[in-house]
Amino acid sequence: MPSHSLSRRQFIAGAAAAGVAGAAGVAIGHDPIERALGIAGGGTSHEAAAASSASSTASLSTKDGVLVLIAQYGGNDGLNTLIPYSDPAYLAGRPTLGFQPNEVIALDSELGLNPNLKGLKTLWDAKQLAIVRGVGHADPTFSHFREMDIWQSAVPDTDEATGWIGRYLDQAGHDPLYAMSLGPTMPMLLQGAKRAGSAIPSGTLTLPHGQAMEAPFIAVETPYPNEAALAAMVGQSGTDLLTVLHAVKDVLTTQAPVVEGTNLEVAPDTTPPTTVAPGKKAAAAASGLAGQLDLVARLIKGGLPTRIYVVSIGGWDTHGNEKATQDSLLAELDGAVTGFVNAMAGHPVVLMTFTEFGRRVAENASGGTDHGSSNVLFVAGTPVKGGYYGEQPSLTALDDGNLQFTTDFRQVYATVAGHVLGIDPKVVLEGQSFPTLPFV
Amino acid sequence: MADRSAIALLLRRAGFGPTSAEVDAASAAGYGPTVAALLDFTGTDPADASPVPTFVPYQPRAARSLTLQQRQAINHERAIELRQTQLWWLSRMTSTSHPLREKLTWFWHTHFATSFDKVRRADLMYRQNQLFRTQGAGNFEVLTQAVAKDPAMMLWLDTATDKKAHPNENFARESMELFTLGIGNYTEADVRDAARAFTGWVISPLTESWALQARQHDDGIKTVLGQTGDWGGEDVVHILVNSPASHRWIVAGVWSHFAYPVATTDPVVNDLLPGYTADLDITNLVKATLLHPQFTSSQARTGLIKQPVEWVVGALRALGLPAGEDRVVTALTALGQVPLRPPNVGGWPQNEYWLTTASSMARLQIAAVAVNLADLSPVTDVAAAQRVDATAHLLSVDWSPPTAAALGRVAANPKELVALALVSPDYLLN
Repeated sequence: MPSHSLSRRQFIAGAAAAGVAGAAGVAIGHDPIERALGIAGGGTSHEAAAASSASSTASLSTKDGVLVLIAQYGGNDGLNTLIPYSDPAYLAGRPTLGFQPNEVIALDSELGLNPNLKGLKTLWDAKQLAIVRGVGHADPTFSHFREMDIWQSAVPDTDEATGWIGRYLDQAGHDPLYAMSLGPTMPMLLQGAKRAGSAIPSGTLTLPHGQAMEAPFIAVETPYPNEAALAAMVGQSGTDLLTVLHAVKDVLTTQAPVVEGTNLEVAPDTTPPTTVAPGKKAAAAASGLAGQLDLVARLIKGGLPTRIYVVSIGGWDTHGNEKATQDSLLAELDGAVTGFVNAMAGHPVVLMTFTEFGRRVAENASGGTDHGSSNVLFVAGTPVKGGYYGEQPSLTALDDGNLQFTTDFRQVYATVAGHVLGIDPKVVLEGQSFPTLPFV
Repeated sequence: MADRSAIALLLRRAGFGPTSAEVDAASAAGYGPTVAALLDFTGTDPADASPVPTFVPYQPRAARSLTLQQRQAINHERAIELRQTQLWWLSRMTSTSHPLREKLTWFWHTHFATSFDKVRRADLMYRQNQLFRTQGAGNFEVLTQAVAKDPAMMLWLDTATDKKAHPNENFARESMELFTLGIGNYTEADVRDAARAFTGWVISPLTESWALQARQHDDGIKTVLGQTGDWGGEDVVHILVNSPASHRWIVAGVWSHFAYPVATTDPVVNDLLPGYTADLDITNLVKATLLHPQFTSSQARTGLIKQPVEWVVGALRALGLPAGEDRVVTALTALGQVPLRPPNVGGWPQNEYWLTTASSMARLQIAAVAVNLADLSPVTDVAAAQRVDATAHLLSVDWSPPTAAALGRVAANPKELVALALVSPDYLLN
């Protein structure tokens, strides 16, 4: 049962979360098909905020660190993200895909950002962007699924079903608001053995039949003794849903959109989809990464007690025609991250990107790159100490064509667990200690 | 008279959820004869009346030569074709008299998971779907050889642009990891050599089907799973599907999809392995699965959550509602499982993956719409005290005592009763 009284709460309809993209990276919004059909997502019509509501039960303290994770599904090509432009081995391996020295945004005489990362350069100049280089682990598998599981479980050696945050949730006690993802499905990283994070629904935040439905819904969903494990999980997700709905709606009624260029409150068009002309700029903006981060920013500003948010952007598996695909994805990432970090100025909020692997040095014949190993990741925000962390891997001392890693990815997790979330890193890292990195 | 619960389980797993009349008829026929009937694909199928999509003939054009308006118009046209193809398939799932054929088609779509999002051709997705439907119950090697040369798959995993000088490993790797062997049963050297074997495979622009471009094919010596020769792609597929690791992978895959998730070393896999190894025949494997004692065990009955397609189509069938409508795809989008658009080549995960707060919300909203559209007279027409049982019969489900008690509280309102029944933990178990 939810921890606070639900029955007295005011239901306020809002399409605020309409069209946030799914955790799997393709679901509702970030989505050329829905866009071409003129659908913004699973959202329903917007009703204006009807009345002010009671505030949330628990609020975020201004000192509590918040971690926002951006999952880049598909394996972003780190070598065309942070570009070793002065290394002859770079252009030698990438005669068609490589960027010329005059094209990159130089950070120093050796490395530069992809030309689509102009916003990140402003964060770099403001010392709010940490670039962690050569991140990976021993014995990479080159499998999307295995590597994404490894990154989400933080267990590289065995097949682990729980996520690193999920294991913290297991021992922290039941709190459906502690960690949340956006979209219908939830990433494994929030899945524990006994407990799991929550997924914020897309579309309306009101139960059908409104408040009258609550009590019977809770009665049907409440887990009972000796219930089959999967059935009990169905029930738990139902009762947690009510907790999440109330908390999120309370906050959204008081918070206007903050990330420039997005407006989640635009009502999706309800005209039958096959007759609608393509293209709805506002809906597209609301449904992409920027729209997801806008919702997160509003929830943080509104004081939701959530400490971890997971958002996602898919499409990074660039075996073919890489340049056009990665350019547009990096531009989207750049705009969304920069807008979010600027909107969160002064808040103890740390944003971090991750993806399952980097890609090979040498391009393939399809104008793309194949699955590789170690990679670069970004950490940004007001509390972040900008600069490079970890050594840049060599482009010539390769392991069977792959970059060698210089920084264990669990060092990054140990750092954010200890210094952003304030939890003992050993709890999420199988009892092991890893040296932290001083980026926060 | 067979155990009605076991029959209902069989019909749910071997199809997309039965109507109560279908459970009644199958209960009268018995379990074994029902398995035989499910595996008999002869005779006409009302699903063939589902409107087949129309496709605008494909014209290759350089993207750069198009204006923004032209590109948007093409994207719109393709999105409409995709939608027609999805609705055609969903209609087949609800209207078919051969539910296991459609369930196997779905199984292969999750196994050889291919997405329109990269293929960008609904006509090719349709062709692949028909391939699963026509060859999905036969020999696994025949099926895999056909899938390897299927144009949608060749675009999806880049075989179509694979050249001798720089082999693209995508198809070779995913074939081993997901389609035939499972991780841990091959080496990186196997992937690299197998990738060389698929070089030179192209889609002929004239026939829009597989062709070999000899000058782009690497005809050198390769070693795959310890076998050395100047292998072509067909040889690699042959080596993979006939290896012992593949036998276990496919047996465990079928069992995990139809019964409950198992590892390749599970005792039930040992039971089914000799039969499958003998002929790689999918019909025989599915038959042995459905007839295995563990298939109707309590572990099986509590071992799978209905995936969104199973939940939505099952509810539509039980309530007598059509599936070929845009709102059905909208519902599946909200639940995170859209046919022809899996999130990646791994397909969709099972069980816990579908049990989030967000999907709980979506299910309740969809259930509320469904009960407004449905004829609920089997529930409405009986006295309030009988409505919880009547709902169980309508949905072919057994209520646990706590669920029955909770539903009893809303028996006065049949719409609310059926909506809550559809989102109850008991109904979510497949």
